[in-house]
Amino acid sequence: MDLPFTKHSLANGLDVLVHEDHHVPIVAVNVWYHVGSKNERPGRTGFAHLFEHLMFEGSEHHNSGYFPPLQQAGALLNGSTNADRTNYWEVVPTSAVDLALWMESDRMGHLLPALTRERFETQRDVVLNERRQNYENRPYGLAVMAVTDALFPPDHPYHWLTIGAADDIRAMQLEEVQAFFRTYYHPANASLALAGDIGTDAALRLAEKYFGDIPAGTRPQPVVAQATLGREIRLLLEDRVELPRLYLGWHSPAMFADGDAEMDLLSDLLANGKTSRLYRTLVYERRIALDVSAFQNSRELGSFFMLVATAGPGQSLSDISGAIDAALAEILDKGPTATEMERAEAQAEAHFMYRLQTVGGFGGKSDQLNAYNVFRRDPGFFARDLARYRNATSESVRQAAERWLRFDARVALSVVPRGQAASALPGSAAVAVS
Amino acid sequence: MTVDRSRLPDVGPDPAFKFPTIARHRLGNGFQVRTVEHHSVPVVTLVLQVNDGSGADPADRHGLAAITADMLDEGTGTLSAIDVSEGLARIGAEFDVDVAPDATVFTLTTLTRFADRGAALLADILVRPSLREEDFTRVRQMRLDRLRQLRDLPPAVAERAFLRLLYREHPYGHLPIGSDSALRAISLDDIRAFHARAYRTSRATLVVGGALSHEELRRLAERAFGDWHEPSGDGASPAAASTVEPSIVTSTRLAVVPREGAAQSELRIGHLTTSRATPDYPGLLVLNSVLGGQFVSRINLKLREEKGYTYGARTGFDWRRGISPFGLQASVHTAATADAIHDSLSELAAIRGSRPPDPNEMTLAKATLTRGYPRNFETAQQVARAVAQLVLYDLPDTYFEEFVPKVNAIDAGEVTRVAMRHLDPSRLVTLVVGDHHAIADSLKSLQLGEPLVLSADQ
Repeated sequence: MDLPFTKHSLANGLDVLVHEDHHVPIVAVNVWYHVGSKNERPGRTGFAHLFEHLMFEGSEHHNSGYFPPLQQAGALLNGSTNADRTNYWEVVPTSAVDLALWMESDRMGHLLPALTRERFETQRDVVLNERRQNYENRPYGLAVMAVTDALFPPDHPYHWLTIGAADDIRAMQLEEVQAFFRTYYHPANASLALAGDIGTDAALRLAEKYFGDIPAGTRPQPVVAQATLGREIRLLLEDRVELPRLYLGWHSPAMFADGDAEMDLLSDLLANGKTSRLYRTLVYERRIALDVSAFQNSRELGSFFMLVATAGPGQSLSDISGAIDAALAEILDKGPTATEMERAEAQAEAHFMYRLQTVGGFGGKSDQLNAYNVFRRDPGFFARDLARYRNATSESVRQAAERWLRFDARVALSVVPRGQAASALPGSAAVAVS
Repeated sequence: MTVDRSRLPDVGPDPAFKFPTIARHRLGNGFQVRTVEHHSVPVVTLVLQVNDGSGADPADRHGLAAITADMLDEGTGTLSAIDVSEGLARIGAEFDVDVAPDATVFTLTTLTRFADRGAALLADILVRPSLREEDFTRVRQMRLDRLRQLRDLPPAVAERAFLRLLYREHPYGHLPIGSDSALRAISLDDIRAFHARAYRTSRATLVVGGALSHEELRRLAERAFGDWHEPSGDGASPAAASTVEPSIVTSTRLAVVPREGAAQSELRIGHLTTSRATPDYPGLLVLNSVLGGQFVSRINLKLREEKGYTYGARTGFDWRRGISPFGLQASVHTAATADAIHDSLSELAAIRGSRPPDPNEMTLAKATLTRGYPRNFETAQQVARAVAQLVLYDLPDTYFEEFVPKVNAIDAGEVTRVAMRHLDPSRLVTLVVGDHHAIADSLKSLQLGEPLVLSADQ
């Protein structure tokens, strides 16, 4: 199982990755910029994401919406921003590759002349709507914000969410946005992947043709930040919800660092799916929780691990917390069973195979090549990534749990229905997030 | 080599597209199976589609089809619910159940080398479920709790209230999860009876797709489903939902589900239209694409890009075998609620003639629907599910290859004709889930009459 590719770097520093797959007459074009909300500063949050919106509003030589010409050619397209990177992609019929590359290169090399104050202000409103829709008006929508707020100190770039603070978004100035583009949106800070029904030589030729004359920029300095937690922080958030929910957050190993794959495996065996330990005890047997889930949020500067459980009606978060701690203690003591490790390996194997099914879009082969290239400087990391999971053992998982899932270094957030502060874990302090 | 940036590059002709051959087989027990080869990655997908969905729920048992589907993987033979999940997990299978108005669809995807184990598990789950009382009590409680949680979710509250407003007592007028009182009324015997009636070879379709030959895929199906025998008893359903005529006599134009302090208003605007079988289907797809079916559509450009009222607005037909709803949905800033409704209603009316689609809109709408069409068939799962759709809507095997030319044949006159025929501004129902106090005054300016005030449970 592998994801073969050819890599070539243009003189201006742009990495070009090509993967051939001729099953369907489509080509995926995927561009990563190594910039995310971690490149922002306190009081100036939400830039990277708002910027992503502006990339769809037009560039110098196509000074109107980005969607119409591409959709007219049958493209599917989108973009996204997280803490560490911003990605943009089109999936086009083979006959429209030139168009997609023309458009992507125009907004990489020639965006600012088209960036008007009016476009900027409209998208600022759209983002404020997005924030209200996805965070403020959604049950439990502010919980992750409250956890990262407590896990990371105010000057750490993971302290804030990628969407940014509402006041920061309102205060944003066009000039700052222009400076942001000059710093981060150029070939030396980008990676281009082409995957699908296209020959490697032709793909490299087209990449040179459309991106070769964009001036090289200066690769930005890496962001450095550290965060530790020396105690358990108990927090309480009242929200418009029917049922209390417990969020437990821990610091965990950075993306691809030792223990990162183990923490990912732990999330599954602890809390994901009906076979997981906590589903069994909390949901299936004791029926004190309605649902339980966990995830290792792998990030460049350091990750966080999160465990979430919703109380059944009339059930207490204290009982749930106690049962979770008992399950953690058992894993810390004995590690996963042989059966659990076999299951995890089979699942990893299958999921890596499923990842090879699509050329484009979020998580498709072009997106994976760029992820490995940007985060590892190694687009060929697919097989070694899988090996991380194959090589994990019960003991390595146990050690990771012991090292990271400490009872005395975590954030425990109780989200409770309004007016029911008493149903939070004892000793929780009210937090204000908005 | 420099780039000519004075104009966009030309786009070549669309690459040829051919849907893979669909082979039909009859297993030893008479069960009809369709197979489709897909050789990119060693993966196999099985889609089992049962002809009964939430539209088959009895009037006093809303939620029966969904809870039945949910109960099936709670144990089979000597296997407990946990054992079944363990079996799926050990082959890295993706297992998914979708309860829709006209069908219940089970999809299982696994690696080719585990295909036999996956198929056998799927057959055990569907044909030989344990349906134990203790599991039923737990599953029902979880669904009741889930229902309670949905009251916090504006889109779910809107979906539920909107179906009810449009369909009233019609079998399509509820969400698959049903209601609190109906769930409490359902017994395990109801589930056993529903299973016996709906889950039978004569009312189910199996599609197997993946990286094997037709013959190997057929044998895979035979080994797993060859001993599924038609149970005794009558398999006939109550009148299928698709054949029931709705009796919609309502003067309600505006309804509100109050949600005090909400930062945004969740909007739905629409009415019932026609069925998936309508010959106007391609014209309606183009109409929807111009109006609000994609990013560069009138409604989204107006509400999001021009006015900044919302993160996104879209329209769509929620197709069914029987009469189907057309609707607009958006979550808008509370202060912009009435303006957003006003602009939406204007656009819905204008496309019927005062502002017919211009040539650019027509080109874009059709291209969006047709030019990227092959990407819908990239994975074994997409292909197998597509074949199941053909069965659900009685479409010919040639459908996917005929789709593009049919859409391309639609002109602006045809869009106006289907808009006149199927969209009626005087019948549009507007629903708002939002802060009633904050918006009540501005809603009056819309002149849609006194709003009907509903609760989140209605």
